[in-house]
Amino acid sequence: MSEYSILIGGKAGEGINTAGLSIAGLFSRLGYYTYMYFDYPSLIRGGHNFALIRASEKKVRAHRTPVDVLLAFDQKTIDNHRDRVRDGTTVIYDASQAVKAEGYGLPLDEIREEEKAPPITGNSAMLGALARVAGIDRGVYEDVLRATVPAKHLEANLRVARRGYDAAGEVFTVEPLAAPALPVLTGNEAAGLGLVYGGLESYVAYPMTPSSNLLHFLAARAEDLAIKVLHPENEISVILMALGLAYAGEKAAVGTSGGGFCLMTEGLSLAGMSELPVTIVMGQRPGPSTGMPTYTAQSDLHFVLNAGQGEFPRLVVAPGDLEETYAWSATALMLSWKYQVPAIILTDKTLAEGAFSFDIGAVAPPPDQEPALWDGAGEYRRYARAEGGVSPLAFPGREGAVVKVSSYAHDEAGFTTEAADDVRHLQEKMLAKGASLAAELATYPVVKVYGPHDAGATIICWGSQKGVCIEAAERFGAQVVQPLILAPFPVRQWKEAMIGAGRVVCVENNATGELARLLRQHGFDPGRPVLKYDGRPFAVDELEARLGEVIA
Amino acid sequence: MSPERFAGKPAGGLISPAENTWCPGCGNFSIQHMMKSAVAELSEEEGIPLENFVLLGGIGCHGKLVDYLNVNSFYGIHGRSIPAATGIRLANPDLKVICHVGDGDIYAEGLDHLIFAAKRNSDITVIVHDNRVYGLTTGQYTPTSPFGFRGRSTPGGITEHPINPLELMLAAGATHIARGYTKKIRHLKDLFKEAIMHRGFSFIDVLQICATYFNLTDYYNAHAYELQEGEVDIGRFESALGKIREWDYDREAPIALGTFYSVEKPVYEEKFRALTAGKPDRRALVRKAIQEWR
Repeated sequence: MSEYSILIGGKAGEGINTAGLSIAGLFSRLGYYTYMYFDYPSLIRGGHNFALIRASEKKVRAHRTPVDVLLAFDQKTIDNHRDRVRDGTTVIYDASQAVKAEGYGLPLDEIREEEKAPPITGNSAMLGALARVAGIDRGVYEDVLRATVPAKHLEANLRVARRGYDAAGEVFTVEPLAAPALPVLTGNEAAGLGLVYGGLESYVAYPMTPSSNLLHFLAARAEDLAIKVLHPENEISVILMALGLAYAGEKAAVGTSGGGFCLMTEGLSLAGMSELPVTIVMGQRPGPSTGMPTYTAQSDLHFVLNAGQGEFPRLVVAPGDLEETYAWSATALMLSWKYQVPAIILTDKTLAEGAFSFDIGAVAPPPDQEPALWDGAGEYRRYARAEGGVSPLAFPGREGAVVKVSSYAHDEAGFTTEAADDVRHLQEKMLAKGASLAAELATYPVVKVYGPHDAGATIICWGSQKGVCIEAAERFGAQVVQPLILAPFPVRQWKEAMIGAGRVVCVENNATGELARLLRQHGFDPGRPVLKYDGRPFAVDELEARLGEVIA
Repeated sequence: MSPERFAGKPAGGLISPAENTWCPGCGNFSIQHMMKSAVAELSEEEGIPLENFVLLGGIGCHGKLVDYLNVNSFYGIHGRSIPAATGIRLANPDLKVICHVGDGDIYAEGLDHLIFAAKRNSDITVIVHDNRVYGLTTGQYTPTSPFGFRGRSTPGGITEHPINPLELMLAAGATHIARGYTKKIRHLKDLFKEAIMHRGFSFIDVLQICATYFNLTDYYNAHAYELQEGEVDIGRFESALGKIREWDYDREAPIALGTFYSVEKPVYEEKFRALTAGKPDRRALVRKAIQEWR
């Protein structure tokens, strides 16, 4: 099987992320599936950034530790990644910066000066050199540059890339595959497109890693996608604005991370009580508090499951790859409207900012869901009792309707009440909606099973850990079970998936085993924990080693 | 509520069946009835359908107002009416969106939203029920309580001076600023109508007496006066500022009532309208974006 790993590293501000995406694009053009992990500290310039790109004939959603080619803009990249260098690793480095290195040294300062090219074109020199080392035709990387570099800088980049190409030699040959060139998207981009597919009309957010790029993406594409994108003063305003939009009939979503979600919790409770739909994209990163802003974790599961005062139903979905992110962002938004509940799409930095080949052909179109609208007969009551707990919607401006929503305990018309019977009915109505939502979800495949069922060993995982677990499980012939929905928890499907599971391990990117705790709450055995909580996702080989200790 | 039912006499039909729980003598009654009349009169005079009015409330005695009127309403949470109002106006430009807020509600908990709504000139109306005391939580000081105010949380008297909300709003970029008083009800109604019809962010601080915890009726009656034509140039920042600084909610001074400032500026919500105009087929747009990816 043909498979390649490339690392490109340098200082923040040198465009490592963009360069990594170009490398992913290079392999994508040859028909390979690609994945990119981007590692960067929280600073603007300096420090050490690197992108790890993996390309393979089969679907890849995780990185491996060793690399075939190491592209280094500085000595730090050489020094920090010595453990990734094996026999056969080719090193390409900026000879004007790195001094202690072996491989192809590109005199980038000299090249840029001679070609009268701006500093950022160094990335193109690296891309050219990589293409040469990998035996990739000149025309392929030129295509990649044409697609990514703005027209006025294109010529300079092409010249510099050619210098890089000429300075290296062919080491191996990446054969083009007879497969289509799939687009390479981040999880944030897939979530944004999925939300719009599901009917999104407005996106409201305050910047916070790792969800800022969703805000940037939708803001840049607002005209193409016919949506409003708003950036108000803080996350409290964000969710209240979304609830105002929803009250007036417009489908809105918000995006944030743990710290911003803290501020949104009062708005989340308001959504629960007032029965206003809102979809929240919650990109996890390590906490508590500021934690490590640009790194990854799956440590907010119980926070999103329990956030807000009082008891109300919510939908929590944790997609594991781009296709699930796209389909379930659309579905979450539609279901939040159908059941008038908040929906949370739980991602993390690994998924949100990671780049993956996106195969729209592999996505079953999410089924259409329509909210129940008032038919105009009789007097309108916003919280009218109805089967399944879902009251028909009308919006202000509708002739003949007075639409009253409330954060206070209320009667069917929306007027404040503290009468015992009224508040009991209100609470039961809210819970009934949760039950209706759970019944509908039971008709979707929301517990996913991969690999042989009779393996005698099962790896449980959720969210972004799906890819690395499926790949590592192959070595042990193990089954992988992944819950896509975490609230309302799909108890029956889980029970069925775990019949004859054998030895069970639960892989998570957190310190306390949050999915394991949720499973125990529902009376299920989560098996043995395999946890990683240093802010980095598992590499496939790393997880294989860890699994070997517990299931081999 | 059907418009026919109230044809000819809309104001009468605007009172809801909800039980009123304000204290006897509360200033909120004046605000409620003048809001009711303002909505009814604007509907008749300007042809605004009653279903196009939306009232928002925060938490506190003022918030109950939205229950007492049979008008679309969003009974929200403490200090957060304004972003919800902005969302409503963004979704539907035909709606007249009016926030009823309290002084504790909006000058303490919700101050950031107030300043930013003024800054962006959001086309909403904010009416502050400024009784200068927390009523529903039984008598603590608020951001506009005068120096030395003795409340249940500050029995020794506060050592802070109040903010002057009009000055704050002028500095923040509000395009319409006024002050009313609950004992001058016709004047109050006219201020409401004027503010609702203003295109852009309009703000009225209503001196509202709290009959139970802070009854300033005698003080206001002795000091308040209505601004006369020409006394302030409402199109000029400096003129407005001078008049606004005449009384600072603290020291003894004449208290002007009326409109201090009113100018036209581009409205925040309008710049987003073109993006969602018509009925775009967003699914087709998504498919196109994926097809033409990079």
